[in-house]
Amino acid sequence: MAQLNAQGQPYEDDAPEPEAPAPAAAATASSDALDDLLAEIDGSLQVNAEQFVRSFVQKGGQ
Amino acid sequence: MRVVGIETEYGIVDPAEPRANPILLSSRLVTACRAWAGERTSRWDYGGEDPLQDQRGFRRSRLGASADLLTDSAEYDAAAGRVTLRRRRGSWEDPAHLNAVLANGARFYVDHAHPEYSGPEVTGARDAVIWDRAGDAIALAAATRYAEDEDGEVHLYKNNVDGKGASYGTHENFLVARAVAFDDLARRLTPHLVTRQVFTGAGRVGLGQFGEEPGFQLSQRADYMEAEVGLETTLRRPIVNTRDEPHATRDKYRRLHVIIGDANLFDVATYLKIGTTSLVLAAIEAQDERLDELELAHPVEAVQEVSRDVSLRRRIVLASGEAATALELQRALLEICRTYAADAGDAAVLARWEGVLERLGADLFSAAREVEWVAKLQLLGRLRSRHVSEDHPDGLPWDDARLAAADLQWSRLGDGWATRLAQAGQVERLATEDEVAAAAITAPQDTRARLRGGIVSARPDLVDAAGWSTVVLDRETDHGHLEVVHLDEPGAARHPLLDALIDG
Repeated sequence: MAQLNAQGQPYEDDAPEPEAPAPAAAATASSDALDDLLAEIDGSLQVNAEQFVRSFVQKGGQ
Repeated sequence: MRVVGIETEYGIVDPAEPRANPILLSSRLVTACRAWAGERTSRWDYGGEDPLQDQRGFRRSRLGASADLLTDSAEYDAAAGRVTLRRRRGSWEDPAHLNAVLANGARFYVDHAHPEYSGPEVTGARDAVIWDRAGDAIALAAATRYAEDEDGEVHLYKNNVDGKGASYGTHENFLVARAVAFDDLARRLTPHLVTRQVFTGAGRVGLGQFGEEPGFQLSQRADYMEAEVGLETTLRRPIVNTRDEPHATRDKYRRLHVIIGDANLFDVATYLKIGTTSLVLAAIEAQDERLDELELAHPVEAVQEVSRDVSLRRRIVLASGEAATALELQRALLEICRTYAADAGDAAVLARWEGVLERLGADLFSAAREVEWVAKLQLLGRLRSRHVSEDHPDGLPWDDARLAAADLQWSRLGDGWATRLAQAGQVERLATEDEVAAAAITAPQDTRARLRGGIVSARPDLVDAAGWSTVVLDRETDHGHLEVVHLDEPGAARHPLLDALIDG
């Protein structure tokens, strides 16, 4: 666990700026099995994505 | 073995009529569920209004109850299970058909504006997975029946947000020793609830309660946690809920009601959600002071910090002034919990916990078969990169409706993208389809759910109503009253009166 400096912030060299994993990294894992599914998802979303999102309305629950 | 259970509120939509009344849809779905079950169901025992069967009835000592309320014949062994009588007071019909107690010991009903599956009491994380997936199978079977019996159909979503501000819950219940002071429980459990998101998160497109900021985060529920501790579940939701409704012997147990969790479609996520939390609770029950070193400086803010950090490298400030990443805190919790592995089931949880933390720390996407948000990020990341253009060198921006739609469709029961991913062999399963199918019609055999589900399955004609801690029998007797069988010990799977009826 990192010590904090006087300002209560982690030291700069302890805490490199977090970076999101690049989408490209995703492609390295199990690519082939996903390709067909991705093509299907992509195809289905060309048609009605905005309307689908707009019409998905729920009441709040617990 | 700790008794646990999971409740899931499903999103519900009539695809042909998006503005249909969700309470009506949910109530019809419960009716369809009852039809699917072949009417081997029971009403819910609301109780509470009649002093003869009030919850106070089983809090009150036997000596304090008037003799005519108790059945003292040898048939009713007070040590093994208490029975009291309830006056008939006309119809207890549930005219809206809002409840069905099922043969697997679960309750399928309408909660607020959602259908909810409250799973039966189970022991252990793997059984929690099995009976949680059984709930999805039951909900899906009910929806199939709905399409046959009703004019129209419903689609069910196992998620927690609609992207327009509404959130609905997936709650975990853990039986905890009453002797643990609640303040200690809340304080020592909070660091785990905040940081376990790294493997329990289902992933979400959009930041903020209304998804107003573009982006991706680990957890569905994080943006709806607004207090450290509290009683509410529908607004100003707390990290640790204080509802004190043990549904069990009050002086012996608490029921810890955890509302921060996401609905999960990945077995490993559900397994670790229940398994790790149960072990941390064992450390808390043992008053392990090592937990105090992990206390967070700002828990509510930290929920969102952890959820929004897909790099898993951001440090959270601790009350001690130190700082640590969520993964580091999880590793510290894992080390503490090694002391409390009581059986092979706990040992398996520890091994999986350690492995998943290692994979998340080494190469995020190596955990894509186990951790739901990682799989969702991977799938959506590849969807984004299919649309790289000059305007969008990173592919689809996070506020593109296609990503929001794919996120919602991910969780649709039956044909959602998570299910399709599993069918393509990309999701590790901890329970087989056969085990899940059996659990949809059979109760766990090692908790009181065996009695509730067993009597509903074997003799639904004798059951007036059932609840978590009661089964109300309606049969020919000399006294002419309803008989309330009290099941105040959640781990007790036997009762002399019910066993005789179940075994016929």
